[in-house]
Amino acid sequence: MSAVVIPPLPPGRCEGGGNTMEWKRVSSLEEIPRLGARVAKSRHGDIAVFRTAADEVFALLDRCPHQGGPLSQGIVFGRQVACPLHNWSIGLADGQAVAPDAGCAARFAVKLEDGFVYLKL
Amino acid sequence: MKKMKLVLVGNGMAGVRTLEELLKIAPDLYDIAVFGAEPHPNYNRILLSPVLAGEMTLQDIMLNDASWYANNGIRLHLDKKVVRIDRRTRQVVAEDGTAEDYDRLLLATGSNPFMLPIPGADLEGVITYRDIHDTNAMIEAASKHKHAVVIGGGLLGLEAANGLKLRGMNVTVVHLMEWLMERQLDRTAAGMLQKSLEAKGLQFLLQTQTAEIVAHPGEGRVKGVRFKDGSELAADLVVMAVGIRPNEELAKSAGLHCHAGRGGGIVVNDTLQTYDPRIYAVGECVSHRGAAYGLVAPLFDMAKVCANHLARLGIGRYEGSVVFTKLKVTGVDLFSAGDFHGGEGTEDIVLHDPVGGVYKRLVIKDEKIVGGVLYGDTVDGNWYFQLLRDRKSIAEIRDHLMFGQSGLGNTGHQGQSKAAGMADDMEVCGCNGVCKGVIVKAIKEKGLFSLEEVRKHTKASSSCGSCTGLVEQILASTVGGAYAPQAALTKPMCGCTEHTHEEVRRVIREEHLLAIPEVMHFMEWRTPDGCSSCRPALNYYLLSTWPHEAKDDPQSRFINERAHANIQKDGTYSVVPRMFGGVTDASQLRRIADVVDKYNIPTVKVTGGQRIDLLGVNKQDLPAVWADLAMPSGHAYAKALRTVKTCVGSEWCRFGVQDSTQMGIDLEKTFWKISTPHKVKMAVSGCPRNCAESGIKDVGVIGVDSGWEIYVAGNGGIKTEVAQFLCKVKTPEEVIEYTGAFIQLYREQARYLDRTVHWVQRAGLQYVKQRVVEDAENRKALHERLMYALQGEKDPWAERARGAARHEFEALTA
Repeated sequence: MSAVVIPPLPPGRCEGGGNTMEWKRVSSLEEIPRLGARVAKSRHGDIAVFRTAADEVFALLDRCPHQGGPLSQGIVFGRQVACPLHNWSIGLADGQAVAPDAGCAARFAVKLEDGFVYLKL
Repeated sequence: MKKMKLVLVGNGMAGVRTLEELLKIAPDLYDIAVFGAEPHPNYNRILLSPVLAGEMTLQDIMLNDASWYANNGIRLHLDKKVVRIDRRTRQVVAEDGTAEDYDRLLLATGSNPFMLPIPGADLEGVITYRDIHDTNAMIEAASKHKHAVVIGGGLLGLEAANGLKLRGMNVTVVHLMEWLMERQLDRTAAGMLQKSLEAKGLQFLLQTQTAEIVAHPGEGRVKGVRFKDGSELAADLVVMAVGIRPNEELAKSAGLHCHAGRGGGIVVNDTLQTYDPRIYAVGECVSHRGAAYGLVAPLFDMAKVCANHLARLGIGRYEGSVVFTKLKVTGVDLFSAGDFHGGEGTEDIVLHDPVGGVYKRLVIKDEKIVGGVLYGDTVDGNWYFQLLRDRKSIAEIRDHLMFGQSGLGNTGHQGQSKAAGMADDMEVCGCNGVCKGVIVKAIKEKGLFSLEEVRKHTKASSSCGSCTGLVEQILASTVGGAYAPQAALTKPMCGCTEHTHEEVRRVIREEHLLAIPEVMHFMEWRTPDGCSSCRPALNYYLLSTWPHEAKDDPQSRFINERAHANIQKDGTYSVVPRMFGGVTDASQLRRIADVVDKYNIPTVKVTGGQRIDLLGVNKQDLPAVWADLAMPSGHAYAKALRTVKTCVGSEWCRFGVQDSTQMGIDLEKTFWKISTPHKVKMAVSGCPRNCAESGIKDVGVIGVDSGWEIYVAGNGGIKTEVAQFLCKVKTPEEVIEYTGAFIQLYREQARYLDRTVHWVQRAGLQYVKQRVVEDAENRKALHERLMYALQGEKDPWAERARGAARHEFEALTA
């Protein structure tokens, strides 16, 4: 059986996820380094799941709006991540590039329950 | 909670700049009201001269329009002069009765032009040159009248005279002193300036004292000027430009202490507080450590510090400013800074081409620039000023200092260092594809003043930085004197802190801090966990200061150092195995070939440093690739020793006099795994033919018949820098020890992301020689500290091939 290829979101579309959405458990909180991220492979493409210093979790499509850099590999600070390719800063909560840069990485709904991280996909 | 009330008196550049700085760091702290005596919002006073000259319009020089005040919730009282401060009830009152209460008051009342106390100074047609009103009055007079006399041959007087001439008047400049702009220029430069202004049609009367301004009989209007020697000159317009005095009237009437001596000014301390701690003052109205400033750069320095204290952050002191002057007369290039009068212990370097109209004089004291005058060619003004402000030693560049920054082999600029002459579509920043027009537009439309702001908005010079000088020049030529290059010595590490790299390092050392949160807490970081710029630096400073004690924080490292491979544009990685001294063998090559096949690695390439690069490896394959290679990490991804490039040397080469390959292997085996502020590249050549290119390496070694020559601080990158001769030694053991000592000194003293060349330029080669070559004991101690740091350091690939840091390489499934 061949894999279903889901094309990346068109530019400008800033909410990720499909039509039939449900919560999926992707990892425990401990598996994500504090001030870091992990990549979750999904049918929507790679999703970066971030953990801040305050143990908040956020999820964004793992593509910088600038040139597609993997945001999961960037340095996390406050509620932002710096893209590893050209150092754009992307807000974790809204997926928006920090001004004066402009653009957004699609957001995915994420929740933390009993120490486990769930994505709505 | 109710907000505190902040009232600003004086709606000019210094005061409004302070508000802008304040809003940046504490946007919600205050309820703000502003009083302005002029009917205009804040404008760029420095650019009044181009307006007078008809080169710009008033609209061009507006900095903050009414909507800026509205958007920031600021109540703006225009055309209302504040006449009273009641310090007991904490209230200010304007002429028309408008009143505002304050918790903090900021005075930025600026300065008043000085009127000569001579008969006739109050006649119609006698004006000063200070604000939009004066400028308009001059423009109007120029349309009706013919003869203008400008009293005062200083900066302002000459700019006024030039503008009036361009507007069609006959202009004579009257000056008391022997030559023009005597406070900024020496006699030679002033003479050249006078000549070129005369060529534009201006007339000059030097060493001439005005005795009286004469009126038309029966009218209140000026008719002419009478001098002390009795002679007279006809004039329909007289502009007094003999100097400014701090406007301290309001402060004085409120009982605030003002400087009693010459000039006056509201006395403030290093936090810009007056004698009433609720009242701050900034700008031309203040007297700080006995000095009053009439140029814009110091005002901006004050604004920054003052805003910080108003925001209750309590960091930063204003310690006075070194200033420079530029004359804004089109076609005249003039730059002056510091003390150019010379005197005991100083020496002059002078370049003078009277025919070509170029004069440059730098005054040097103790191998540092203390002052300078440039006429005709001011391209390098900002660079000299930077050297002056940073108190950088010029000993090493002395012989070509006069030829400017581009004379130092600055290939980044390709000689196009005349920003003003560049066409708008010429590219400035090759990395980000930004041309001059885009930068100029951003500066004008967004009101940018600093290099940092231009970088943020246009990306120009934000990558490799080789065009920084050019961007600074464009900034300087676009905003005029309002541009102030920030001295590196006082530049904070990043927006998260007020502290410089040096301060942070010192505190880490003195307070024995061992973790990033400790530093941030101790030094009162403004952000909870820093940013992508300060965290990697802090991590390095901690680890290099306290090896085996400080804890590494992988989350504060760039991805390359966390993944131990170089991220590529498509998110895959490249792998460069270590081959000591560039020597390999059949078994290594076979393993490399097998790995390429097994993991479908698309590209195999030989690097500039004589190693093999495997490009396009998926991240999750990295640990397995390393296990199969069974070779140590090449650290091609790290701020660390990269490679030691070698030539084949005496073992095979018929010219070789030393075994350079073995020397390279020994160096690499000793120092691999050491982390450094930036990457370190080395090379060893076996004879002076230098096939390993030792002349452009951080440490370059060249074998000669009688031993080894060691060169340091070379660079083959963005800006080619030839390595400088450090010393000559006899044995390979000495090469190792001297190299180790140099690297350790660099590790301990350079800023994070400084290459050796940047650090040596700042510290001076003389200093490095003294610590590493002349002081044998210190050399041994440095080398020992380096070897101690290296103790027990593991190969990161071997560890990860065995399963360490697995989470870094494995994906989750959703």
